[in-house]
Amino acid sequence: MSAEEIRKVFMILLKYLVPTLKVFGFTLLYSIPLGMIVALLKMCRVKLISWITNIYILIMRGTPLMLQIIVAYYAVPMLKQSENLPGFLNNMLSAVNIQDESFMFNAVIVAFTLNYAAYFAEIFRGGIESIPKGQYEAAASLSMNKLQTFFHVILPQVVKRVVPASANEIITLVKDTSLANVVAYAEITMKAKQQMQNYSSLIPLFIAGLFYFVLAMILTVISASVEKKLNYYK
Amino acid sequence: MAMLEVKNLSKSFGSTEVLKDISFTVEKGEVWAIIGPSGSGKSTLLRCINQLEKASGGEIKVCGKDMLIKNEKGKTVYAPPSVLRDIRLNIGLVFQNFNLFPHMNVLRNITEAPVRVLKKNRSEAEKTAMELLGKMGLSDKAKAYPCELSGGQQQRVSIARALALNPEMLFFDEPTSALDPELTGEILKVIKELAAEGMTMVIVTHEMGFARDVADHILFMEGGVIADEGTPEKLFGENASERTKQFLQRFKNN
Repeated sequence: MSAEEIRKVFMILLKYLVPTLKVFGFTLLYSIPLGMIVALLKMCRVKLISWITNIYILIMRGTPLMLQIIVAYYAVPMLKQSENLPGFLNNMLSAVNIQDESFMFNAVIVAFTLNYAAYFAEIFRGGIESIPKGQYEAAASLSMNKLQTFFHVILPQVVKRVVPASANEIITLVKDTSLANVVAYAEITMKAKQQMQNYSSLIPLFIAGLFYFVLAMILTVISASVEKKLNYYK
Repeated sequence: MAMLEVKNLSKSFGSTEVLKDISFTVEKGEVWAIIGPSGSGKSTLLRCINQLEKASGGEIKVCGKDMLIKNEKGKTVYAPPSVLRDIRLNIGLVFQNFNLFPHMNVLRNITEAPVRVLKKNRSEAEKTAMELLGKMGLSDKAKAYPCELSGGQQQRVSIARALALNPEMLFFDEPTSALDPELTGEILKVIKELAAEGMTMVIVTHEMGFARDVADHILFMEGGVIADEGTPEKLFGENASERTKQFLQRFKNN
């Protein structure tokens, strides 16, 4: 490939960095709060709730994300075809327009969010459970209520403890966004594959790899600085 | 005026009875020490009064307010949550392991509850906190984090934190047990000063000399019951029970 061609491919991939970052950003935006909720549900004293949550986590962590993306994408059109569905499900499905341009993006985000929330939930649960009982007792002896205790005493300490493990997940997520190409979501990996075929060259793939590598580097630097910032206490 | 009235208090964990038929009354301004071997129920007793453990039976009255009562059917019931919260505000608790909030500096540790619970404004709470720190000899540590302090300093901060809610009574659960022997003195000095100011206190302790010096009344607990009680003169004198003498003998030998 000539220098001019490489430049051209680089610019195309740079353009498709946007949909890659969209999947990354929206997944984080939804899966971190959802993960916190799932973590709290799993620790719920009502056995049924913690049991259901556990099954959800088992399925999400026990099956490939790629498979989940395919299911999320094809579930709606497939279910629409089948007849005797319960009425409420029919109503829900008819509200979804599979011709709509945003449908594919939404399906991808649903799969990523549900998958990543399960991983975050386990990290957050570990963080919450690692806070010593004495912290709850001290807050209680000071007459703080449950919400005050959680948000002002427990959560800030959990954040510090979960940053390293969460950063790990977030870096994995950058690279996992490439799985969205399985349903023909146009992002960097898919475009790189097309350019590889156009030019019969591996160079587009290396350029794509470079993009992921740089993103991962940036995230590594950010996580290290966050960790340092939270190091004001032990 | 009775600050704390405990009547026939019992507590079981499963089938193990850890407190049996405990009764005593603490008057305003009194200092009570609770002594006894490990596992005798001393800490559980404090924790039951502080609502960190649920009592199984009996009655508790704090500052004249019913906390735990027997209802008409003879069942042991707690006061409604709002009353329990009020009662809790009357008692400050100092833990063996300090339990300071590690992510907050010293000043924040002390002001957090007054600001969040009593809805005091921050500058007012900080003024009170600085006064308390001055009293504890820690004025220069207001901006320090707990991990930067010695155990003795951390315990003094936790005493200031408990005092910041202006409680009627202060409970200490083995306040010096986690400290190096050379640091226990500074905590005992603070407690003595509080006693001189007339603070009502209940102190679970293994410091026998201290209990003898500072307490008006001593409870000797063993196996979940009050095995002996009385003034320090009685418990440390010839009129103590044989078991008390035997227990105290071990400390004299040390």
